Order: sequence, then C-alpha cells, then structure tokens
Amino acid sequence: MFEKLQNLDRRWIFLFVLLSVIIPLLFPLGLKLHTSPPVEDIYNYIENLPEESVILVSFDYGPSTEIELNPAAKAVVRHAFRKKIKVVTMALWPMGAQMSQNVMKEVAEEFDAEYGRDYVNLGYKAGGSVLLLSLKSGFAQQFPTDVNNVPLSDLPLMNKVKDYNNCALVVSLSAGVPGIREYVLIVNTQFGKTMAGACTAVTAPEMYTFLNSGQLMGLMGGLKGAAEYEKLVGIEGNARKGMDAQSVVHLVIVLFIILSNIIYFVGEYRRKRME
Amino acid sequence: MILAGLSNLSGISTLAMAIGQQITMKHIVGTWIAAFLTICIFSFLYDDNPLYKFAEHLFVGVSAGYIIATTYRNVMVPNLYGNIKTGVMILVKTGSFQWQYLSFILAGVMGIMLLMKLVPKFNWIARWPLSFMVGTASGLGIVFTMEALVLKQVDATLVPLLVRTASNSIQWSSTVQNWFMVLGVCSGLIYFYFSKEHKGLFFGTFSRIGIYVLMMAFGAAFGYTVMARVSLLIGRMLFFRDQWWPVFKATFGIEG
Repeated sequence: MFEKLQNLDRRWIFLFVLLSVIIPLLFPLGLKLHTSPPVEDIYNYIENLPEESVILVSFDYGPSTEIELNPAAKAVVRHAFRKKIKVVTMALWPMGAQMSQNVMKEVAEEFDAEYGRDYVNLGYKAGGSVLLLSLKSGFAQQFPTDVNNVPLSDLPLMNKVKDYNNCALVVSLSAGVPGIREYVLIVNTQFGKTMAGACTAVTAPEMYTFLNSGQLMGLMGGLKGAAEYEKLVGIEGNARKGMDAQSVVHLVIVLFIILSNIIYFVGEYRRKRME
Repeated sequence: MILAGLSNLSGISTLAMAIGQQITMKHIVGTWIAAFLTICIFSFLYDDNPLYKFAEHLFVGVSAGYIIATTYRNVMVPNLYGNIKTGVMILVKTGSFQWQYLSFILAGVMGIMLLMKLVPKFNWIARWPLSFMVGTASGLGIVFTMEALVLKQVDATLVPLLVRTASNSIQWSSTVQNWFMVLGVCSGLIYFYFSKEHKGLFFGTFSRIGIYVLMMAFGAAFGYTVMARVSLLIGRMLFFRDQWWPVFKATFGIEG
C-alpha cells in the first residue's frame, strides 16, 4: 500500500482535481465570499463618480484567460452603466478587441446602452508602451477609426473624450505584457492618471507591488478578485459560480501536498532504517 | 443521431432555451466544435496523442491568422494606408508636401525592410529597423522603468517605523507591518549582494532572512499560479455546464 502511494500515477491526482471542480459546480456549496479592500476601493471609486463621467477600460487579454478577466470586465462595465458612466474601451492585445466586443454587446443590451453615445470600442493597436505614450496627444491620432472602421468624429462620445484628461479612471484588464505594468509606467507615472487593474492570478503577486506603492488605487486578482466585484455589484456571474469549486480544489491540493510530504518523510525514515 | 438532431433543428431555425439564449444552428455547431477541442486538449493529461496535437496545431494556426488579420485591419489600414493616402491626396490637390506624413512613409519602408528577414540574401536589411526598435524600446524602458519601477517602489518602502494613532498611542498592526516590509526588502537585497560572503552576524543573518522572505514570495506566487490554473479548468467546466449541456439537449431533443 505504502509503495503504491509512493509511486502513485499522477493521473489519479488529475482525476481528483477534476472531480473537485465538477462536484461543487453541479451541487453548489454556497461558501461565503468576503470582499477585500483592494476590490472595494475600485467599487467605491466608481460608485462616487458623477454621472456622465468617462472611464477607459483596456482589454489586454485573449480567450485563454477569458474565465478570469471577462467576469471582472462585465462587473466593472455593469457598474459603470448602472451609474450612467460612459465607457471607452481599447485593447493592447489583438484578441482583446473581440473580447471587448463580446462583453460590451452583452452588457449594453441589459442596460439599453447605445453604441457611440454610451460606449465606444476603439479596438486594437500595436505598440504597447509607445502607443500609451502617444495617446497623450489625443486618441484620434492613433485611433483614427473605431473597431468597425467608423471615424471617431462620427461618434458623439468621442467628441467629448479627446485624451486621458477626459477619463476619470483607467482600468486595465491584463493577462501579461503589455498590460497593467505598461499602464503604470506611462499612464499613471508619467501622466498622473488614477489607475485600477484586474489581472490573472499568475500575474497578481507582481501587481500587488503597484497597489502597495499607490500606483494602482485598486486591484482585482484572478477569479477571486472578479468574484468579489461581482458580489459588490450584486450579480451572480461566472466568477462567483466558480468560487465554490476553487475553494474545494485548493483544499484538495493542500491535502495532497501534506499527504505527499508525509509519504516522502516516512519513506526516507524507512529507507534509513533499512540501511 | 446527432445529424438527425441537427437537421431537425435547422428546420426550426432557432430554439429558445432555459438559459434565455436563442440557440441557432451556428451556435450549435460552434459549441460542439469547442467541446470537441476542449476534450482534445484535456486528453493530454492521460497521454500525448494525435487528437491533442491536432487541437494544439489548430490553436496556434488560428491564433496566428487572427493576429495577422486583426493587425492588418485595425493597425495597417487606418494608421498606415489611411495616413499615407491622406498625404498623397493633399499633395495631389494642393501640390505641397506635408512633412508630418513622411514619418508614416518611413514606418512603412521600415516595415518592408523588416520583412527582408524572410529573404536569406537580403536578411541583413532587417537589422536596421530591428536596431531602431531595440533602441527606441531601450530608451523608453530605461527612463520610465527607473521612475515607475525603481524610484516609486523605493519611495513606497520609506514608511514610518513607529505608527501612531490620532490619540498618539502606537498602532501596533501598522508598525509591525512596516517593520516587516522594511526588513524584508533590506534582507532580500542583502541576499542578492554578492561582493561579500554571506557569513557573520550581519551578512549571514540578513541573507538568511532574505531567503525566507524570497520563499514566502515564491509561495504566494505558487498559490496564485495554482489558482490561475484551476480557474482555467473551472472555465471549461462552466462552459460544459452552461453552454454545451443545453446544446446537447437541443441536439438530441432531450426536454427538461
């Protein structure tokens, strides 16, 4: 038995992890979810913005990280539309433009928001930091048209929003580079714009340093951060749906780590005794 | 059976499902393809196999194609062709050349030079625009990185080591937190100071603390990485539950 456990096929672990995800999704446990200050800060900031303010939301991710960042995007945009705040979106990642299209279409239908008046999708542009730097002299210079190749001058919202100065908040939904780091480097540090971010869990530890230094006013880290924002906005999105499974899997992984350490040390002890 | 179900659905054109979505033929085919490719990718967990390879190659190919098409449509057409066209129109109409459009012509030329990498005989030409890009990135990187990632971060570690409340009593939680951060940063930096052997009371102790601080950082990073990977699995399972299952029922005509 002990030897079997020592040489356990890792596919058994995969199976346990799979079951730990599937079972809570089929039979939700309703575990409690607490909100944290970095997420509350974003919520409170948007909550206190006056009507008709404009926020810039940058979709810096692709379909591979959709599960972590789409819920955050939907929650922020829902919150903005509920408060009658205008939303301008752009993307530093090629696939971000389509992510933005999908999210905005879904949320805009819910709030009866009109394209061009309540929100605009500027689409994708290459360049990362260089692009962000050049946007200081106006969005129209780098984005002569929106994602559908409509000139910005034909969109009423873009007649009011010329550059960063017209945006009350910049939110980067980031899965890597370019993303929050580039926004902090250019938009926050150089132009002094208030910034918030949502990032994948993998990049969250790096992003928390920006939160600590005040370069980010708030941060949603991974699915957990998105779930917290969904809770604050009062919606049952994909992030909240997945949190039961997330908690159960983490518990299973912790148990596996403890078990494998016990097996390792007992094995070592037995080996030494045999010698 | 699937084909029979699909042909049945195509006659109806759309179905209103419990999840509130209109399920169209396009939606059904797309969802089945997505489900098939998800299983292909997950099959790697059992063992490497041709289905996994097929899905992997398809993903890489589709991604590359999508990026090229998006970049052409969203960047090259409006920003390059559009601006050059405007410059040429002004030149034709007024007879005067507007110098601000020269930068777009230069960018276009450099783009073509970069493509010379594909021609072995002329691939040296690609080095010029490449060196321009490296130079620009380095110049911007040094200036902005120094300010945002070094000076601001150092500034954030300059915190009071004795935090007092409004009533002048010591706020222990913030005080301990600040001590922990300052000691953590300093000991971490000492660990990476290699001009002195990590021995003795000062260097030995602090480099040891530095290792523990780094271990804690690695632990946090590992925890978040596990969370990220599990999130991806949750995402696919939610897809099977919320999108594929209704389509499965529609395909096979299962009610309820």
